[in-house]
Amino acid sequence: MAATALDTLQQQMVPAAGAALLSHGTLAFTLAPAELVPTVRRLRDEFGFDIFLDVTAVDWPAAALRFEVVHHFYSTAHKARVRLKTRVAEADPTLDSLVGLYGSAAFMERECHDMYGIVFRGNHDLRPILLYEGFVGHPLRKDYPKQREQPLVPYRT
Amino acid sequence: MDTVFPNPVRPLFGTPLRDDSVIVNIGPSHPATHGTVQIIAELDGEKVLRTDVHCGYLHRGFEKECEDHTWHNLIPYVDRLNYVSALVNDFAYCDGVERLMGIEITPRCRYLRTLLSEYSRVVDHLTCLAAGLMEMGAMTAFLYLVMVRDFMYEHLAALTGARVTYSYGRIGGLARDLPAGWLVRLEEILVQYEEFVARVHALVDRNRIFIDRLRDVGVITTADALSFGCTGPILRSTGVPRDLRKDMPYLAYAELDFDIPVGIKGDNYDRYFVRMREMDESVYMIRQLAQMLPEGPINVDDRRCTFPDKALVYSEIESLINHFKLVMDGPGVPPGEIYCAHEAPNGELGFYMVSTGGGTPYKVHVRSPSFAHIGAASRMLDGGQLADIVPTFGSINMIGGECDR
Repeated sequence: MAATALDTLQQQMVPAAGAALLSHGTLAFTLAPAELVPTVRRLRDEFGFDIFLDVTAVDWPAAALRFEVVHHFYSTAHKARVRLKTRVAEADPTLDSLVGLYGSAAFMERECHDMYGIVFRGNHDLRPILLYEGFVGHPLRKDYPKQREQPLVPYRT
Repeated sequence: MDTVFPNPVRPLFGTPLRDDSVIVNIGPSHPATHGTVQIIAELDGEKVLRTDVHCGYLHRGFEKECEDHTWHNLIPYVDRLNYVSALVNDFAYCDGVERLMGIEITPRCRYLRTLLSEYSRVVDHLTCLAAGLMEMGAMTAFLYLVMVRDFMYEHLAALTGARVTYSYGRIGGLARDLPAGWLVRLEEILVQYEEFVARVHALVDRNRIFIDRLRDVGVITTADALSFGCTGPILRSTGVPRDLRKDMPYLAYAELDFDIPVGIKGDNYDRYFVRMREMDESVYMIRQLAQMLPEGPINVDDRRCTFPDKALVYSEIESLINHFKLVMDGPGVPPGEIYCAHEAPNGELGFYMVSTGGGTPYKVHVRSPSFAHIGAASRMLDGGQLADIVPTFGSINMIGGECDR
């Protein structure tokens, strides 16, 4: 079931959505940023990917397009997973938001914004969610030192 | 001395919608919520008009820390994600790393992991239900459930050496095999479980007080649950039989006979009942697995990840070097990426891991069910009563460890 659904998906999506690759049971697409929202809309409306699982990023500091933003989707009908990978540059880490398509996007994108500083265009609530108001920097970027401390309240001496 | 500390959150709304409504702040450390979570609510009398839910008070940089340790060293960390059912986290994480390495675990390990996952599910649901019922005043039900849970904790301590955070999974196997008599004691505990859960059913199921507090409270529709990424008992309580154990069978679930309990309308009563019935299914599975459990080794014979026998480490140079390399460099995981999800008691627990080769992960991301559920919490709380925040929040079963990472 899942395998045939993914086969169909691969055949129909590949020309528009770029290269596809089956990795450990998940069909992974690499997309241009502009393709993201149209692709996700097709995934949701035509292929039944009804759960937006999460979004995160992978930081490749040496690459020209530094951040690889990774979205995961699941289809309860086909019992299949899809991963979408989009590259954005450090100078302009902006990507269209999925808030118009999935309710979970609002929260998930806040976390990704916290951790990597990816700006999701259209998500108007990118307040810190796991971090706190006033935190400087994005801790999951590779150039954020692990030992750096930013106490909100001064330590007791 | 008057010190004004900075506010860690910026509320979504600062001014009331109406003249007669008030904005109150609940938490982050409120006696009625278990878990550090902050709910900023606008109230009209006792009616909740809108809420802004904040998590993150237990954030400890789990994902950052993962990038600085070997794959083996992360096992105690993943234990502390959902610390009520730590074994499920262990096994989901190890399964992901094993798939990256192309390792197939031994049959005994596969069945044991399945058995212990289901045992953890029972422990997790017992904890959630006990706390939820206690918050509504059911002290007896709480004590019954927590007593059985403590039998299980002690029983797991006999196996793993720890009550809550076990560090029992290993990449390619398990820390140790079952001690003598463990399965005999398991059956004794399951009999106790049946007796006390039957009493809780008798106390709660048709009790007017609980029905009034739970029925049609904290309702979420199937469409909303899917859109907000809800999985596990919350999605199933809306009537969707969506369970990874059936949909994408992993470990030994394909060989087991079990049902997926679902609710009718996604309210607190359904979530209570789905959890109660899921525990029964888990016990049914545990009994099947105890019968099916084959003899044999629990660890794969693979020098890339399995530690050599201690006697050999002390007596031959190859094993000593092997041990040293595994501790210092970590297991050799080939480059690649994987999203590996298990059906945790709260829902889909996914590990997205990226390896660039070598003993340390390049990235580990956790897709935690609690985080998605907290994102959907406003949907369940808005329009309800102030007093219903407590049971609704209890039935969401937010676990700070995995929500905030």
